[in-house]
Amino acid sequence: MAEVNKFIKNFGWPRIIIGGFLLTLFIVAPIFGVRIDTSLNDVIVRFGMSAIMVLSMVPMIQSGCGLNFGIPVGLVAGMLGAVTSIEFGFTGMAGILVAFLVGILAAAVFGFLYGQLLNRVKGDEMIIATYVGYSFVFFMNMMWLILPFKNPTSVQGFKGEGLRVTISIQDYWFHKISDFLALPISSSFIFPTGMLLFFCFMAFLVWAFFKTKTGTAMTAVGSNPDYARAAGININKMRTISVILSTMIAAIGIIVYQQSFGFVQMYNSPLAFVFPSVAAVLLGGASVNKASIANVIIGTLLFQGILTMTPSVINSAINIDVSEIIRIIVSNGMIVYALTRKAR
Amino acid sequence: MSNDNILLRVDGVGKEYDGNRVLKDVNFTLEKGKILGLVGENGAGKSTLMKILFGMNVIAETGGYEGSIYLNGEIVNFKDPVDALKAGIGMVHQEFSLIPGFTTAENILLNMEKTKSSVISKVLGKRLETIDMPEIKKSAQRAIDTLGVNIDTDTLVSEMPVGHKQFIEIAREIDREDVKLIVLDEPTAVLTESEAEILLHAMRKLADSGISIIFISHRLHEITSACDKIVVLRDGIVIVEKPTEGVNIRQIAEWMVGREIEKRAEIVHRDVKTQIQRDDDIIFEAQNLWVDMPGETVRDVNFKVRRGEILGIGGLAGQGKLGIPNGIMGLFETGGSMFFNGKPLAVNNTLEALKEGIAFVSEDRRGVGLLLDEPIDWNIAFNAMQVQNKFLKRYFNGLISIRDDKAMKAVAEKYIHELEIKCTSEKQLSRNLSGGNQQKVCLAKAFAMNPSLLLVSEPTRGIDVGAKKLVLDALRKDNEENGTTIIIISSELEELRSVCDRIAIVCEGQIYGVLPPEAEVADYGMLMAGEYKINEVGDKQWQR
Repeated sequence: MAEVNKFIKNFGWPRIIIGGFLLTLFIVAPIFGVRIDTSLNDVIVRFGMSAIMVLSMVPMIQSGCGLNFGIPVGLVAGMLGAVTSIEFGFTGMAGILVAFLVGILAAAVFGFLYGQLLNRVKGDEMIIATYVGYSFVFFMNMMWLILPFKNPTSVQGFKGEGLRVTISIQDYWFHKISDFLALPISSSFIFPTGMLLFFCFMAFLVWAFFKTKTGTAMTAVGSNPDYARAAGININKMRTISVILSTMIAAIGIIVYQQSFGFVQMYNSPLAFVFPSVAAVLLGGASVNKASIANVIIGTLLFQGILTMTPSVINSAINIDVSEIIRIIVSNGMIVYALTRKAR
Repeated sequence: MSNDNILLRVDGVGKEYDGNRVLKDVNFTLEKGKILGLVGENGAGKSTLMKILFGMNVIAETGGYEGSIYLNGEIVNFKDPVDALKAGIGMVHQEFSLIPGFTTAENILLNMEKTKSSVISKVLGKRLETIDMPEIKKSAQRAIDTLGVNIDTDTLVSEMPVGHKQFIEIAREIDREDVKLIVLDEPTAVLTESEAEILLHAMRKLADSGISIIFISHRLHEITSACDKIVVLRDGIVIVEKPTEGVNIRQIAEWMVGREIEKRAEIVHRDVKTQIQRDDDIIFEAQNLWVDMPGETVRDVNFKVRRGEILGIGGLAGQGKLGIPNGIMGLFETGGSMFFNGKPLAVNNTLEALKEGIAFVSEDRRGVGLLLDEPIDWNIAFNAMQVQNKFLKRYFNGLISIRDDKAMKAVAEKYIHELEIKCTSEKQLSRNLSGGNQQKVCLAKAFAMNPSLLLVSEPTRGIDVGAKKLVLDALRKDNEENGTTIIIISSELEELRSVCDRIAIVCEGQIYGVLPPEAEVADYGMLMAGEYKINEVGDKQWQR
């Protein structure tokens, strides 16, 4: 009994409940005629698509900047990279690499400015970040119309200027990472080896970064800023670096998402990633100032698992679309749960 | 001893936090109108016992307690502090819970205000009655008089010295009419000697009027002089429960610590002659140093530190002694000039000070000294890693430096062994260590940098006797074996006299004089009180 209690304490109720629910969905899926291999395929693909965006939460959490509700700043940078790559007509792996490169450069600039802002609002980072995310997306909505993109694939057909709401990447770099070494296991289950490998690579980079001297200093800043200051560490610099890192990873994350999805979604689309990403890392067991790679993996699996399984299973069972409701309850509920536990 | 004279009976009380037992089968009784002195080392379970008695929420949240508590012969189990208040138990906490912008009288009668009824209140109920200020003042004055201190009922609490605040806290508890038992949790810690004296008298007065008191203090002579009965707790167990008569301080100390404390009849002075110190070999010098540290302002400080010595800096709280090390390290806005090894040292530059080989053990252990949510090895190795690039493995020509976990583990284990840090392993979070062990981790952090000048601020504040000795011994050992020059800032003069070569006394943000440890206590007292200054030649300059 004591061991059971210890397990519950270590693993946490939210994960046990959601994990149990997810398991139940998998078990009952065949009863309602939902194929297990399709389900697994969906869960794994969706995990690969969003895991890097969830990973982007880690640096800012560790440096004490809180949950990155301003993730749209990074996503916009990634979108900028994607459309720039398309504009110049890069295809295949080269297209993705150019998108990464431009995205990372843009993210470095945006992240630096975003970090400077967050350094001025210590203690209220999360609320300010939310507003930054919103306002930046709307600012870029204007930019998407004004910026001189010309490629017919990306611009609105009737005017010849201003970007489309969704831009197809079918002819450019669709599934280039996903299909790398992909394993067709059954007709409806293709294991996206490349995408998962790429996530592992990114996760390794983040993990290794937090083993470096700078990463250690960053963790200390998040853990106790006064301690870090007494050790001669420039707190604002560390925080800025963490924000730049988070923004860069988010930019890479959205490009990975797009290449799997097949479209670059423009305009308000970044706002749809904020709460799911934040909720996923919290669901994985992160707190407001501590997060690990394990939190990212567990959280993304559970969160995306619920998201993919509820529409297929529950909708076939009761013919009502409840997946959106469950998504909203889980993501917002998880955020509220984590924030109420912030005070120690 | 008749049974109906017993006010409080604690019967078999025990408490466990997450499998960690802090109290075990605690039994004692307290009669009406008596004072019970509760002593024990830090972590002996005093605070937990008081929390149980007062019905603090944390007890119920962590699974309640075992055993039972009888008040006036009836079993009680308070759900929250309000219940306890209603039953007539008052508590004065170590932290003040006063409203700074309110006057003395308002604070004393907070939520117990005397009121006058008016037309509106007659219609709309008692909550709308008007405040009866004169009556409030009278009532407050009565409470203050009972304590025998002289505090104006109209003064704002924010403008008051700490000692007075403590009296107001107590006055608030005794002002309630039905109070039967008052718990005073280390009330004298913030008081001066004379104020403490007044408090002890007041306690006796209260007891004579039939109120029982539980008095918690680390100052043992207060226990012996003021209490009727003494209860000693050690590791959650009642070691001794007996009348105070015939008990001396040494005995209590022994019961508390549970081991023979070494004889310290006379202060054991360092053998200064073994130290090679020369007046002209100055490692650190401060000229016209000022530090804007809230509550510890340093105005104009000049001093020189000889290489290889242990310099003590003493003085009363709030006079600025703590500002000196914090200013040297650049943690607060600082001005003036500093010289280290003959070269100017930049002010307001923490990193440069650390790089030059100055290490600092902060008085604010939990706030500045530790990463509470990180393991011990991180805490110990962190400064040395960030400042001196120790405990790092370098790759690609030093382009990437990765934490060397093995080296960190090794250094942590070394200090855990040397300083006898009690922990489960070097991976235990420093939050879960006791105060004394946390202090040892802070020291280890400084030692790991191999500093040539070590600033230690309040090294023994709030830690138990055993840890105190270890900490001071470790400092002395580092000084003697590694030749580290050490500046110790402490409020405890006896401690400074036992370990330092010279002691500087700070008063009103200046150094009033530097004395050898064997100087007379009276001289120290005069310097602390700012009666006169002693200049470098030894002349006294009277200030008042």
